Amino acid sequence: MLKYAVRRMIFVLPTLWAVVTFVFFLIRIVPGGPAVAALGSYATEESIRQLEKQMGLDKPILVQYGIFLKDLCRGDLGKSLITNKPISEEIARGLPYTLDLAVGGMIIGILFGIPTGILTALKRNRPADYIGRILSLVGISMPEFYLGILLMYFLAIKLPFFPVLGGGDLGNLGSRLYHLFLPALTLGIIMTAFISRMVRSSMLNVLNEDYVRTAKAKGLHERTVIYKHALRNALIPTVTVIGIYMSILMGGSVLTEIIFSRPGLGKMMVFAVKDRDYIALQSVIIIFSAFVFIFNLVTDLLYSIIDPRIEYH
Amino acid sequence: MATISQRAILLRTFKSNKTSVVGLILAFCVVMIALTASWISPYDPISQDMDIQHAPPSWAHPFGADSYGRDQLSRILWGSRVSLVVGILSVLFAMAVGIPLGMVGGYKGGRVDSFVLRFIDIFMSFPIVILGLLILAIMGPGLIKIVIAIGVALIPRIARLARGSTLSVKGKEYIEAARAVGQGDGKIMFIHVLPNIFGEILVMGTLWVATAIIVEASLSFIGLGVRPPTPSWGAMIRDGLDQLTNAPWLSIFPGLAIFVSVFSFNLIADGLRDISDPKLRG
Repeated sequence: MLKYAVRRMIFVLPTLWAVVTFVFFLIRIVPGGPAVAALGSYATEESIRQLEKQMGLDKPILVQYGIFLKDLCRGDLGKSLITNKPISEEIARGLPYTLDLAVGGMIIGILFGIPTGILTALKRNRPADYIGRILSLVGISMPEFYLGILLMYFLAIKLPFFPVLGGGDLGNLGSRLYHLFLPALTLGIIMTAFISRMVRSSMLNVLNEDYVRTAKAKGLHERTVIYKHALRNALIPTVTVIGIYMSILMGGSVLTEIIFSRPGLGKMMVFAVKDRDYIALQSVIIIFSAFVFIFNLVTDLLYSIIDPRIEYH
Repeated sequence: MATISQRAILLRTFKSNKTSVVGLILAFCVVMIALTASWISPYDPISQDMDIQHAPPSWAHPFGADSYGRDQLSRILWGSRVSLVVGILSVLFAMAVGIPLGMVGGYKGGRVDSFVLRFIDIFMSFPIVILGLLILAIMGPGLIKIVIAIGVALIPRIARLARGSTLSVKGKEYIEAARAVGQGDGKIMFIHVLPNIFGEILVMGTLWVATAIIVEASLSFIGLGVRPPTPSWGAMIRDGLDQLTNAPWLSIFPGLAIFVSVFSFNLIADGLRDISDPKLRG
């Protein structure tokens, strides 16, 4: 198991390197270069030169790339073109808000999605199934930022149960959860829709399998058949897909953070785009995709735990 | 009937599948609105009338008026054009690149395939919205650029599907037969593989149109959409967000428009998938 985990992690590194390289060079093709973009096209030649020199953007591109990789390995993500402050500090400040949101959304999605999926599969073609299916289709058709606005309007403005804006005080658990609730619910509702659809279809597949029929024929209780035989197998594909959903969730967190003014990475990313701070944008996107990798890795490992048939190669 | 074509069976199944029929009707309405927006809009979507700024819904302006005193209904009707054009074109663009890529990978195997797989791995690690945001941040705003940005983000997803389907078709007898009579790889892929995997890709394609519409709305919500004053739903929601407390209709109606269009494509896709996977047929 441990061997598999280590192998899998080593396998991830080249892909992560390719992602980092892609982002680095893509950022460098900004018309005029990042310094011109940050200062605007009216900036004097001199001030552009100065900023380029200060940030090392005047060196040949491959040298820049070498320095960038070296810094990255040491955890140095460069300095913001606008504030001149280290980007890693800002990311460290924003990261907890984004992780809270992503994990919170996923927990809500799993807690509600799996039971809904099972229920709709077992009550197939009955009213509960139709209602569940339509609601889940509604859920996947809802842009997260729109759902966020609706929840905010009804549960924070009309009925002032929850705060409208902000991420709360990280040190204070109560305030942290209080501010997390609506944003996490926004992503959680959408995840519930995705997960319940997945669980329903894999449950239906499993219920047709021979071993389920055999278990029923043996005279086992319906309950035992469903929970011991069917559900365990139905959850296997669900776990892999949750890794993919985590990527959807991370994307959705950007917009949710904007709506609720959570000071997380997504908000940082959008502000970097607005300020044309391409160095900050590059760093946030790299950290963001690193997390997508980590989540995928975790689901892969989980997958190998719940499905012992997986061959470690 | 003794001889009934597969197409007729599919058509009949499709008709009996209520979700897909409802979806098709809704999608047809959205497409018709986009095509006829210039005739059915009661007002000019960009002309401003400060007298009716933030006007609540009324008979004259059923969806109210925005911060520049522009008629919301007209802007929503016109906004369907951007959403649909981006939704459909970006998926077509992604298919034009992704299908050949996936097919070649799946069919050739070996080194070519591992190259394709690496490519898919790398680009799948970006959430669609984020890859789109990165590309647009570099290229700047504009309709065609949005199509490219979303298209590029969808390519790996389509390539992955095309590769998987090609692998499952590759071992079939008719491919063997074509190879035995000496047909070239290109010809086999185009004549024998493509038609057989296209159905599955088309089902997912409908789903991706829905995704692309959401992504376009998200990007224009962030401020990376088409340039103002061209109406687009995401940007309308963003503009209305400041007024959420006193004029909630400014965000609620454009959001509803996004939801209905995305919902219609998802309904069609759901119905199509039920048909193509008889095990799940309800």
